[in-house]
Amino acid sequence: MSRRALDRVQERFGGQILETNDYLGDESITVAAGDLPQVLEFLRDDPQCDFKLLLDVVGVDYPDRPQRFDVVYNLRSLDQGQRIRVKTRVAEGEAVPTASGLWHNANWHEREVYDLFGVEFSGHPDLRRILCHHEFEGHALRKDYPIEKGQMCYTVEKLLPEEAVLPGRETRHEGHWNAEGGWEGAPGVALADEIHSDYLPVNIGPSHPATHGALRIEALLDGETIVRSEAEIGYLHRCFEKEAEDHTWHQIIPYTDRLNYVSALTNNVGYVLAVEKMLQLEVPERTRAIRVIVSEMGRIMDHLVCTGTNLVDIGALTNYWYTWNAREYLYDVVERLCGERLTTSYTRIGGLYRDLYEGFEDDLRGALKKVEQGVQDMMALVQRNRILMDRTVGVGVISAEEAVRWGYTGPCLRASGVAYDVRKAMPYSGYENYDFDIPVGENGDAYDRIMVRIEEIYQSISIIRQALDTLPGGPVQADDRRVVFPPKDEVYNSIEGMMNHFKLVFEGIRVPKGEGYGFIEAANGELGFYAVSDGSGRPYRVKVRPPCFPIFASFTTLIQGSMVPDAIAILGGLNIVAGELDR
Amino acid sequence: MPYSIHGPQAATGGKGSRMRGAELWYLKEIFRGMYVTARHFLTNVFHMADMPTLQYPDEKPNYGPWLRSRHRLMKREDGTPRCVACQMCSTVCPSDCISIVAMEDDRPDVEKRPETFTIDLLRCVYCGMCVEACPCDAIRMDTGIFEIAADSREKFVVDLDFLLNNTTDGVKP
Repeated sequence: MSRRALDRVQERFGGQILETNDYLGDESITVAAGDLPQVLEFLRDDPQCDFKLLLDVVGVDYPDRPQRFDVVYNLRSLDQGQRIRVKTRVAEGEAVPTASGLWHNANWHEREVYDLFGVEFSGHPDLRRILCHHEFEGHALRKDYPIEKGQMCYTVEKLLPEEAVLPGRETRHEGHWNAEGGWEGAPGVALADEIHSDYLPVNIGPSHPATHGALRIEALLDGETIVRSEAEIGYLHRCFEKEAEDHTWHQIIPYTDRLNYVSALTNNVGYVLAVEKMLQLEVPERTRAIRVIVSEMGRIMDHLVCTGTNLVDIGALTNYWYTWNAREYLYDVVERLCGERLTTSYTRIGGLYRDLYEGFEDDLRGALKKVEQGVQDMMALVQRNRILMDRTVGVGVISAEEAVRWGYTGPCLRASGVAYDVRKAMPYSGYENYDFDIPVGENGDAYDRIMVRIEEIYQSISIIRQALDTLPGGPVQADDRRVVFPPKDEVYNSIEGMMNHFKLVFEGIRVPKGEGYGFIEAANGELGFYAVSDGSGRPYRVKVRPPCFPIFASFTTLIQGSMVPDAIAILGGLNIVAGELDR
Repeated sequence: MPYSIHGPQAATGGKGSRMRGAELWYLKEIFRGMYVTARHFLTNVFHMADMPTLQYPDEKPNYGPWLRSRHRLMKREDGTPRCVACQMCSTVCPSDCISIVAMEDDRPDVEKRPETFTIDLLRCVYCGMCVEACPCDAIRMDTGIFEIAADSREKFVVDLDFLLNNTTDGVKP
């Protein structure tokens, strides 16, 4: 990849750049914490850099260093097609100037770093915990926080301040109703004001059928209109990242199933691609093609779930049966292929769990026909349907510029008209060999988000058919004994095979020291795994970039001023999967 | 190639988001919806056998031979466990659900065997990594048993005896 951005930033800031690096093609620079805001602003606004999208903010803890924390900003340029990581190092108690003025989603990402590492961000508008409970003591991802230490926290956090809830309390009793039904009150307090003066706080979630996962939104209602709202997440926080540090690279694969459990196959692929990038390992052609097939299966299932449930939330129940029926046929194939339904664990570092089974192609082609039929039935019900369009057109509109500023990726970004798709922008696993289109919306409203997903189902079906047509033969495991288990007959019958197997199980795969960021286009957007290895069999740090995290960060802004049923319609279309959001 | 979902190629519409003419009728949508559902209803009435619903538990689904189901331990020809207590499965297990205590074996060609071998089925995530890691084909997950129920947590912790006899077709291999 070109070093344009690196050169440019060096030219501008010279000595302020402490370190540059392009290990594995990932460009990264290190700056002092004080210089961070101007470097980030330059990177965002300079036309040759143009890093408009903030993907993630990552914390890494090195307790032995005097400046023990790394804070890493992962940036992406949409027009220039490049990426950069901006790092800064801070000691305990030192603050990093916030970037939440530059990107909206930096707010939540920085809260996460604060929550899990205790790094302060100066100037941050709302520096609270986000994933852990507000009574939690200590910072869970610090290396000196013991993994087995649990804490019991009981109280519920009040999200909206008391004065926001009752803005009219002072004036409320300055008058009374007279016998004729008229109002006798202090001058200036009109009847309408009196009725509206008491806002109603309502909790939507955490256990609400329309949130499709444990999310809590405390909304302040004026009649049916949401005046203000706050979201709380973390109900499904299992500390995936802490667990990852306690397991070998190989053992993390089942954990990735549980991130976006709706499309576990896609997550499996994303994780192993990130590790393979750090190992600089090439996998056979057949494996690459099979990975494309399974990730597209995951995408189809995810989109079927998302559109199906979104339409149910709006009130269109019947199409749900048609899409979920279709999804069931795909799941039959997944069950037969992986041996499990949701927790697939299908990929392995350097290969796959197993090759395709006999008859897989026929089964899958049959299932795809059913999916097409199901989607057509759904479209017959909802396409150009006035009832649906009344509910969704112009609801939850987000412009392209705002969507980028919020860190949107995936179908939600494309619905706003930005044709950014990792599969096209930076093809992986052989996506460049398949012919497909990227559907984009025009208005960025709830209707466009539904339709973009439906169109993507058709595109994914086409990709799978092309991949099946051109599926190469050969092995599915890479020929690298540092990574891949030897074949079983070697393990059973030869001492070399047995020892090789034994070393891999007990010590794990040794990933070279360094850091890498692997990313794919998951069903919800860009799914990234930022991993740091210290050369041992276990990762030093794994950070997931869940696509729905920045999207959900924007939710309270999106629903401001809309009605409660609109908020439900918007939430369904954003496809928030709590397993991935909270990790 | 990016293209707009409202554009001419789009399978999903291609007319923009403004409604015109007959699209403004709610009644039309009601009839269109009734047509689709009635078609499904009639298809299901006349082709009952093709309905996707499975009468579980009377009918069991066919998950194929690779289903990762409840574990079993294999036996040697003389009926003793094949397991050599090498701890590979318990090491590779991501959820730490296997615990093995090894003991010395008196036979000349066998060094170790498990004294106890327990699996906590509630901790197990059925990833199949133990089967992959076993160097002597002693643990398998091919019993086909996926309905696992008990009335106390303790009963989900299964021991060596249970695992050795845990198969749908007796104690075969």
